[in-house]
Amino acid sequence: MSEREPIIQVRGLKNAFGNQLVHEDLDLDVRAGEILGVVGGSGTGKSVLMRSIIGLQTPAGGDITVFGEEMIGRDEEHAKHIRRRWGVLFQGAALFSTLTVAENVQVPIREYYRGLTDDLLDEIAAYKISMSGLAADAGSKYPAELSGGMKKRAGIARALALDPELLFLDEPTAGLDPIGAAGFDQLIGELQEALGLTVFLITHDLDTLYAICDRVAVIADRKVIAVGTIPELLALDHPWIQEYFKGPRGRAAAAISEREKAGA
Amino acid sequence: MSVDFSQTDEDGSCVLRFEGSLTMLRARRLGEELAAIRADRIVVDLSGVERMDTVGAWLVHKLERDRGATVTGATEEQKTLIEHVAKADKPMTVRREPEPLVYQFVGQVGAASTMAFSTLFGLLGFFGSLCISIAHIFRNPRRFRFNAVVRQFDAVGVHSLGIIGLMSFLVGIVIAQQGAVQLRQFGAEVYTVNLIGRAAMRELGVLMTAIMVAGRSGSAFAAELGSMKLNEEVDAMRVIGISPMEALVFPRVLATVLLMPLLGFYAAILATVGGGIFSWVSLDMPPITYIQRIRDVIPMTDLWQTLIKAPTFGMIIAMAGCFQGLQVEGDAEEVGRRTTTAVVQGIFLVIVLDAFFAVFFTQIGWP
Repeated sequence: MSEREPIIQVRGLKNAFGNQLVHEDLDLDVRAGEILGVVGGSGTGKSVLMRSIIGLQTPAGGDITVFGEEMIGRDEEHAKHIRRRWGVLFQGAALFSTLTVAENVQVPIREYYRGLTDDLLDEIAAYKISMSGLAADAGSKYPAELSGGMKKRAGIARALALDPELLFLDEPTAGLDPIGAAGFDQLIGELQEALGLTVFLITHDLDTLYAICDRVAVIADRKVIAVGTIPELLALDHPWIQEYFKGPRGRAAAAISEREKAGA
Repeated sequence: MSVDFSQTDEDGSCVLRFEGSLTMLRARRLGEELAAIRADRIVVDLSGVERMDTVGAWLVHKLERDRGATVTGATEEQKTLIEHVAKADKPMTVRREPEPLVYQFVGQVGAASTMAFSTLFGLLGFFGSLCISIAHIFRNPRRFRFNAVVRQFDAVGVHSLGIIGLMSFLVGIVIAQQGAVQLRQFGAEVYTVNLIGRAAMRELGVLMTAIMVAGRSGSAFAAELGSMKLNEEVDAMRVIGISPMEALVFPRVLATVLLMPLLGFYAAILATVGGGIFSWVSLDMPPITYIQRIRDVIPMTDLWQTLIKAPTFGMIIAMAGCFQGLQVEGDAEEVGRRTTTAVVQGIFLVIVLDAFFAVFFTQIGWP
């Protein structure tokens, strides 16, 4: 797949709940191999956009193409084959609470590749969990025994179970302490580099945007108002973008990012 | 047998040349076939591999690690992937060591016993603090939450009239029908009325109502208070200075205690009506006769029994519901578990107590 070819293509997306219009005429491209950050105020429909793309929410109108295949109105059997090419990390990690972390990781593998031996499954789960940066004893633990940050890492391990090409992350650093959040940013960056992933990342976290995102899409007024690198966005004079990146927190995150770049 | 890789022997070393895609799809067979290779020196040639995922990389890494294999012909990307997987190869516990069966058994018995005792003590303590709250409210009547009580009246009482009425009516018909069939064998069909009247007024009306209220309202109490507890609403109340006992538990308990006798009586009457209609249609007993017979056969003490038992059952159901609801801690799953426990506990205690009441009333000479 060429660098320019979009992996996800959204055209004229329209979503509505009752009378409330969430998206109208929303266009978005996600290119292969990039980390695209999606930002927007609360209630602008970032999660709804993700849910529309991964097929959990049927839009009222528009086209969504993933891996060059039309996603809307596709039958379940065919959709399965596309679904196993992506992994999703939900906001609360959404681990199955009755299974251990290792079993959680094995669920998608067992579903799609029957007949693997238990030993191989355990080995796969072990290296996936280790790749996600969890401690050696985490595999046999239940989600209730994990902290918030560990749950998210376990969620990443499950999302990576099928070696996806595309990873959806819904606010991965929300609710983590700054150290945990920075560690998580680093993890996403490393995994993206090593596995050649394309990442669709919803976030509120300005540090995450500066640290790992190649491009940022801004959702406001029911559509994507701008997509580009942070310097490109800063050059626009949309009031929300200006306030977002030039507000006190935006300036702080920018300053840290500058300092880190100078240090490195 | 399809060949996933070709194997050639060159001066003592075994060269494995992989073709196509080395991915999870082929891992099942590949794992076994690679384990079957007997050679001291293995060379893995990846030059024919078009696609490799982490599982493929893992298999190659395992050959390197366990068999000392050397890898040739790998692209940069494949090398990084193998390195990345190798870096993630750390000892990791994946499964729990199951404990010996004896330990498991003893542990479970112990856990169940502690659970039972702590619940019992907890309920007792809960009852105590409820009594204290009631005393507070009596001393300071302005703290009585009239609106909350009325709302619970609506939820516990008014909204359950339909379902309790229908259930009792049907139970009345069933008793009448079954009773008539059995009594006909002795030519004692006419005593069906005694059976319906006494069973409904004394036992079934109040017991069925208690079970329905436990299922409808006891569970609702547990779920409501449980989710409020999870949401830290209960803590917020405490911080503001409102006692959850007075604001949440007391109105629910009071409403259930006051409404259970009414609902129980209503259920008993409707069961009697159901039996009466069956008698009319099936036994040709005119309603007037039926009512007269009912007045003869039901002693007043049966009504007293119902009116004594009903508030006690209501108290138990409401307390079990509220107690379990406030015990919720941790996650949403706990709410479901506690709700189930509240209903089971409520119904169980009601039936145990009903048995005690039955013996007690017989002992004091009520017919």
